[in-house]
Amino acid sequence: MKEKQVQILDFEKPIYKIQDKIEELKKTSIDTNINYSEEIKKLEEQTKVYKKELYQNLEPYQKLQIARHPQRPNFMDYVHFMCEDFIELHGDRHGHDDKAICGGLAKINSKNVMLIGTMKGKSTKENLEYNFGMPQPEGYRKALRLFEHAERFNLPIITLIDTMGAYPGMKAEETGQGEAIAVNLKEMAKLAVPIIATVTGEGCSGGALGLAVANKVMILEHAYYTVISPEGCASILWKDASMAKVATDALKITGEDLLKYGIVDEIVKEPVGGAHYSACEMANNLKEALLKSLDEFKGMTGEELRNQRYEKFRHLGVFLQ
Amino acid sequence: MTLTDWFNKRKMQQIAARDNDVHIDDSIGKLWTLCYNCSSQLPKKDLENNLMVCPNCDYHFRIGARKRIELIADNGTFEEMYTNIKPCDPLEFVDTQSYKSRQESAKAKSGLDEAVIVGTCLIDGQKAAIAVMDFEYMGGSMGSVVGEKITRILEYALENKLPSIVFTSSGGARMQESALSLMQMAKTSCIVAKLNEAKLLYITVLCEPTFGGVTASFGTIGDIIIAEKGARIGFAGRRVIEQTIRQKLPADFQTAEYLLKCGQIDFIVERKEMKEKLSKLLSMHNNKE
Repeated sequence: MKEKQVQILDFEKPIYKIQDKIEELKKTSIDTNINYSEEIKKLEEQTKVYKKELYQNLEPYQKLQIARHPQRPNFMDYVHFMCEDFIELHGDRHGHDDKAICGGLAKINSKNVMLIGTMKGKSTKENLEYNFGMPQPEGYRKALRLFEHAERFNLPIITLIDTMGAYPGMKAEETGQGEAIAVNLKEMAKLAVPIIATVTGEGCSGGALGLAVANKVMILEHAYYTVISPEGCASILWKDASMAKVATDALKITGEDLLKYGIVDEIVKEPVGGAHYSACEMANNLKEALLKSLDEFKGMTGEELRNQRYEKFRHLGVFLQ
Repeated sequence: MTLTDWFNKRKMQQIAARDNDVHIDDSIGKLWTLCYNCSSQLPKKDLENNLMVCPNCDYHFRIGARKRIELIADNGTFEEMYTNIKPCDPLEFVDTQSYKSRQESAKAKSGLDEAVIVGTCLIDGQKAAIAVMDFEYMGGSMGSVVGEKITRILEYALENKLPSIVFTSSGGARMQESALSLMQMAKTSCIVAKLNEAKLLYITVLCEPTFGGVTASFGTIGDIIIAEKGARIGFAGRRVIEQTIRQKLPADFQTAEYLLKCGQIDFIVERKEMKEKLSKLLSMHNNKE
């Protein structure tokens, strides 16, 4: 029943056409008392195979659509499904509380951690409240305050990233959007506790990186991470936003590509069809990956953690010499 | 051709040249340049003698990295480093042109291998590590090479306990290297963290234009942040902001002068005073422990 409520993406339609046919056959079989179970079984098999093939061979642009699915689990869904306890902490202490970045003290599998992430809404009303998950400078400054708090109390930091980027607004420029991100990059490098960052949906540009200078960077199976949104790239390089699909391919934004260049360290499996088909299953997968990752850094000193993080980013980039 | 035709043609050429971000040369033997700001026709020689600053309106034309080094380094003291680091095309990126061919035309246009030159020099006898970006090479965009060179020179400053100065002039991270470019933001910011901890002076000079990934990384985390007069500095581009908030922005939005009012930079320097100011800054931070 739950699957029916999911908003279907264009490329998924063929599956649902078969499923509708199955439903229809079931209905007629009851109404007319004719046994269609052979046909139904065959069709169900067909759906299974088709589904498997479709979701295993998604094109980057299709993944992009899944990553942007309006029903994709958001920060609070992960809090709900992963944490035994969560106390949200608000404000940058300089006059603002940006709702596009949430954070707080969390207990995950009885471990105390600092959980911070960008927050998207699922309806227009919610999205207006969370500014479509696009943080203002004060959001990054709130995050920084929480990072420092975590370090003081020896709490590992977990960040969840799903943002189209930092908000391009007038006030944001005036209050130093670039500076707020840059300071986070620099200060995250200094932190003496483990940091695990996960791109859970969209990981666009500096706005995403501002929470992702981590000891380990993970990405969900259909999430993407890029320097600029494919639409932005298309309108600059092709001077035509409708070339977004081509730009998506060119930018190499998927987990497999990023893994190749060491930009991400691990891909976390999503439920069949994408995280929005089961937020609970997704959260469980993520929780497991996070706990495993935290274990990897167990016993490392603050200095070792800083060095590991520094070396990780120090070696990123491809050039001739 | 009638006179009006001639004027029209000339106007169209000027508009086209502006679009391409190329400074306009008059047909009379490339002797004249049109000021972007006040539209006065300037003899090129005069402009060059005036450090590429318009004598009428003080508009600071963009200058290349080599020229800038000439203006701030003591004569003949600049020693370029890490010239062996060269760009490649890890993603085999092709838009309307291939990245490879863009690299080639950028090289031809700027005479540089990449969008930054790094090295050491003396400024009034004081040694400093410097990195100077050049907008002529692919809009000064930061890819793996720019990130690596800046990181290396700052590492050199760290090892040799030198103050460092970075001049930015960049449209942001380079799209053709996608997430690899993004990671250069982290890489360069991480080395600045080390400079902070070693208490080594790190100065950034934001020049026309400084945007995107450079603003959001090593550009705005200087111990001292200077902007060159009139430079446009920001995170998001003006057009993107206007489209997002659906209103017109003030004319001086994202200029150095505007950012000074917003508390985002320490002060503004005119080009002719740049060396003197930097020299003073270096000397005012050299208290021995």
